[in-house]
Amino acid sequence: MGLRPVTLPERGPGDRLTSLFWRRPNLLLVLLLAPPLLWLGVVYLGSLAALLLQSFFSIDEFSGLVVHEFTLKTYLELLRPSNFDILLRTVGMAVAVTLGCAVIAFPIAHYAARYARGQWKAAFYLGVMLPLWSSYLVKVYAWKLILSKEGIVTWATDAAGASAVLNAVLALPVIGGNSLSTSYIGTWIVFVYVWLPYMILPMQAALERVPASMLEASADLGATRAQTFRTVILPLALPGVIAGSIFTFSLTLGDYIIPQIIGSSRLFIGQAVYTLQGTAGNIPLAAAFAVVPIAVMLAYLAVARRMGAFDAL
Amino acid sequence: MTDAVEFVGVSRHFGPVRAVDGVDLAIAEGSFFAMLGPSGSGKTTCLRLISGFEKPTGGQIRIFGEESARVPPNLRNVNTVFQDYALFPHMNVRDNVAYGLMVKGVPRAARAARAEEMLSLVKLDGYGDRRPAQLSGGQRQRVALARALVNEPRVLLLDEPLGALDLKLREAMQDELKALQKRLGITFVFVTHDQGEALSMADRVAVFSDGKVAQVGTPEEVYGRPRTRFVADFVGSSNVLPPDVTQRLGGPARWSSLRPESLRLAAAEGAALAGTVTALRYLGAGTRVVIDGNGAELAVLVPAGQALPAVGARIGLAFDPAMLHVMDDA
Repeated sequence: MGLRPVTLPERGPGDRLTSLFWRRPNLLLVLLLAPPLLWLGVVYLGSLAALLLQSFFSIDEFSGLVVHEFTLKTYLELLRPSNFDILLRTVGMAVAVTLGCAVIAFPIAHYAARYARGQWKAAFYLGVMLPLWSSYLVKVYAWKLILSKEGIVTWATDAAGASAVLNAVLALPVIGGNSLSTSYIGTWIVFVYVWLPYMILPMQAALERVPASMLEASADLGATRAQTFRTVILPLALPGVIAGSIFTFSLTLGDYIIPQIIGSSRLFIGQAVYTLQGTAGNIPLAAAFAVVPIAVMLAYLAVARRMGAFDAL
Repeated sequence: MTDAVEFVGVSRHFGPVRAVDGVDLAIAEGSFFAMLGPSGSGKTTCLRLISGFEKPTGGQIRIFGEESARVPPNLRNVNTVFQDYALFPHMNVRDNVAYGLMVKGVPRAARAARAEEMLSLVKLDGYGDRRPAQLSGGQRQRVALARALVNEPRVLLLDEPLGALDLKLREAMQDELKALQKRLGITFVFVTHDQGEALSMADRVAVFSDGKVAQVGTPEEVYGRPRTRFVADFVGSSNVLPPDVTQRLGGPARWSSLRPESLRLAAAEGAALAGTVTALRYLGAGTRVVIDGNGAELAVLVPAGQALPAVGARIGLAFDPAMLHVMDDA
């Protein structure tokens, strides 16, 4: 038997790089993190800072030019009834959409996490992801047809002899309207449909991390299904619910296409920003509007944290 | 006296898999009962049939004489110490222990006081405010025990509760569990794959094999008088002798067993059993000498301090004929 070498020779650049990274562990970390940090720091946070800065400027009412002086005047503009209504409308819709998504997503996520195995699990992922593969605009216009006065929903309720129910729903104050496609109910339905996958997936991931033995322990100690849900499943799945609600909440806060196509043509924050920075040229007010969702999300996260939503992380 | 738990022809099949297959068992009230077997032998499924997390596909299970088929787990006055402890990570130790009382609607102050009592029973006084994640494995085990005992169950089920602990802690917990069971008088049903654990703790042991009970008896019976080859081999890894060897040693033409500690090393000439030493395994308190005797592998336990043969040496074996145990296996 010949003597085998103690140290093997480097075979090429792969071995040389591996040696380099082994001797300087931080080098690889720096190389991996530098591009995303540059992107996040300069492009993303930089533009966010520029936005924030813009919101503290104001517009000269006569010339229509931006006055580059620090002022809170623009934020006071937000409190004018016509503007404040837009904020309330958008936040209210975001809350309703998040609740709707949570209620519909939970059974689906629970089934996927606890019972679906093998092919059924694949079918679940496909079913949840499939709507995300088609164009957002196509889906929204499809919904407009479905919900319109001449659409399939009206036709189906007529055929089932339930048109009185639909009419009663449409006759509800504020959220009702001429047809589903021109009411807040319609806007809500489409928002829930479009954002549902973003609620299901994190919820399912969170529920999957709750071991089955924990649910059995709860039942073993005498808890009913409802008690187990309230005291074990919900607290342990809460980080996932919060993660999902961050998606549905912030996506609704920022969307300007759905309320434009489906709904009562009253403005949402996104539409206000769109009009103000475009035709009106009022960049400071548009910026102030855009800061509202950020502020609302920060407040929401602070409350969630206070409630212990992230304790189980 | 009614038995605490009674299995009458109980089966639990998962499709073609017969996890539990026609098991008859009677567990006496106030006893410490061990279900012993290798993994996949059906012992844990039997435990889950008692707690209600599995439903039998055949037969009847009676708990203190009451047929349990239609009773869900939360209404069975039976509690479980889970293998992974299953402590609730979002609650502190006190709330974990008091959980069984909380879901029953016991007021906060009363259940906190009772939880403290249970914690002192398992020697964890003052740990109520900690989270499970801040405890060691042995402490979590005790919390799981306190939580399962807080409802004063008629039967306590323990699913391999000591499996995750290191040797020293495991031995200490064995003694404590035994003492606790004596003190409380509650029937303990204990699942384990560790024969030493079953023998040292239980009043009676059921040895499981392939979904069936191979033998039920006291530890002495199961160890000293195994009924089948499987039991002899699994409990204490006995020497299992085929019928012709048994006959040569003066027994009937049946399978028999001889414990390694019943054998002594002797001169090769004139010995009924002889062979070549193939391996020595040092165990601390003694050495296990493996001998190849004409194709039959035999193990001898030589106590520490005695002279050991060399590997490859030819050696004879002597034994007390009374220790040769003839089994039911044909």
